[in-house]
Amino acid sequence: MPEIVAAGAGGPTRPDERRRERVRIDARAVAGGVIVFIVLAAALLAPWLAPHDPLEQDLLSTQLPPSWTDGGDPTFFFGTDSLGRDILSRLIYAAQIAVIVALVAATLACLIGTLLGLAAGFLRGWVDQLVSRLIDVWMSFPPVLLSIVLAAVVGAGLGSVILAIVVVDWTRFARVVRSEVMLQRQLDYVAAARVTGMSRGATLFREILPNVLPLLGTLLTAEMGIAVIVEAILSFVGLSVSTDTPTWGGMIAEGRQAIYQIPWLLALPIGAIIATVLGFNLLGDGLRASFDPVQRR
Amino acid sequence: MSGPVLDISDLHVALGGRSPRPLLRGVSLAIAPGEVRGLVGESGAGKSMIARAVFGMLPGGARITRGRIAFAGRDLGTMPVAERRALLGAQIALIPQDPMTSLNPVKRIGDQIGTLLRLKLGLDRTARRETAVALLADVAIRDPRRVVELYPHELSGGMRQRILIAMAFAASPRLVIADEPTTALDVTVQRQILRLIHDLQHRLGSAVLFVTHNFGLVAKLCQRVTVLYAGRVVEEGATAALLAEPRAAYTRALLAATPRLDRPAEALAPLPRTLTDTLVAEARAYDAANPAAYR
Repeated sequence: MPEIVAAGAGGPTRPDERRRERVRIDARAVAGGVIVFIVLAAALLAPWLAPHDPLEQDLLSTQLPPSWTDGGDPTFFFGTDSLGRDILSRLIYAAQIAVIVALVAATLACLIGTLLGLAAGFLRGWVDQLVSRLIDVWMSFPPVLLSIVLAAVVGAGLGSVILAIVVVDWTRFARVVRSEVMLQRQLDYVAAARVTGMSRGATLFREILPNVLPLLGTLLTAEMGIAVIVEAILSFVGLSVSTDTPTWGGMIAEGRQAIYQIPWLLALPIGAIIATVLGFNLLGDGLRASFDPVQRR
Repeated sequence: MSGPVLDISDLHVALGGRSPRPLLRGVSLAIAPGEVRGLVGESGAGKSMIARAVFGMLPGGARITRGRIAFAGRDLGTMPVAERRALLGAQIALIPQDPMTSLNPVKRIGDQIGTLLRLKLGLDRTARRETAVALLADVAIRDPRRVVELYPHELSGGMRQRILIAMAFAASPRLVIADEPTTALDVTVQRQILRLIHDLQHRLGSAVLFVTHNFGLVAKLCQRVTVLYAGRVVEEGATAALLAEPRAAYTRALLAATPRLDRPAEALAPLPRTLTDTLVAEARAYDAANPAAYR
């Protein structure tokens, strides 16, 4: 053997340019976070934020325009609907249903889909066959239609909305997780973990899963946005919670009937939905860009 | 010294079930404690297949059909799974071929070494930290306290290979399988990496199975060499003797096909086609004569 080569040659890459462990939060994450925070705050603080009872009818002041326009009433900021209910208060209260559905349905769909995807991608064989065929069959149904049919069969209510979303959308997670796991398990670090005697389960959950998590975060927040939309669709067709609970979809349905008299009743909940979905998507993308060590390079 | 640390005897590996394709055709290989053994052969000769078989990680569809692999006298194939797992990573370690992909991209270096130390040595958190830093210092990494905080993509290939070597030798293994550890690296860092393996091997008394197709490395590092072709052992012997006077025609041809500084380039000769044809025919004849070996 030749003489000992000076230690540490090819050493730390550019020691002067230390990239200390400072996570730079992506601008998208900030924008999305602000929007999501506003929606969450509206949902949580609805009883204090809303100027009126969202169900209180004032038949003497129906279809009032927003307060800053001609004929507007300053006590009804966004005006009133056909029954004289305060639109702003209804928008705020409707955020509650949207937030509950988004969080619960998306999380459950994520859990179920991820577990099935992990199993299919890692175990392969008949498990993969079973899960993949199930996904194929599932995806051949038009998703919203399936939700509507499900909600109709199970009956209206918050629980059935959540169920409908979970049952339809777990495939989204299962598909992506499966393919990502299949990709990751080919990489040498998985083999390296296995040759140190790590069990299959530990390899999957401690080595592979952390590599799937950033993707899963993006997917989860995107799914929250989708859940908001599906909830709006179901309440639009009257298959969500009962009609005396304000929902954005329900408000759109009401606004549709009075579109020529009070178009803002239609526009405002649509705007709320768009903003919320956008907020969730931005947050997901931004978080991934901020925290995924691979993307951060 | 006691018996061989690794004793592979009559190992047959085949791919597929109905009409199995032989990959290894009765390989026998015994490595004494502390020995550095070169395992040389062309691509597809079955070098990596032997390494994979030892770790029980044959690729999908391939399986051991005959023969045994014994570690320190104990059959790896029949030992309980938990026991085998305990051996892997501690007593039997691997230095992988490609350092770029062999570290988990989302975990800090310190945590990856820490996991190994917890599983194999049962160290607590603070001890893991200190040991990880010490291990990195051992493989001549500058500023190891900083490096344990980094992610793999923040390090060069040579650095990553040093880390993987540190991990392989962490639990003072009795056998290290180095699967072409310098192939994926720049030539300029190859020598340092080899030096490192040599030093650690020497200090800890580990036996090393050095898988390579580079005779130059073998000449420098290994006491004995095994030459493989078509899944069979062509020749085995002490390095100096084998390189000076190869007995097998194949080894002679392989050496003639290896560029050397002290010989003109014209001396290079490609492997004669007739020779390889003969060897393949022999291998096929062996398969035909021993169909039961692959079932």
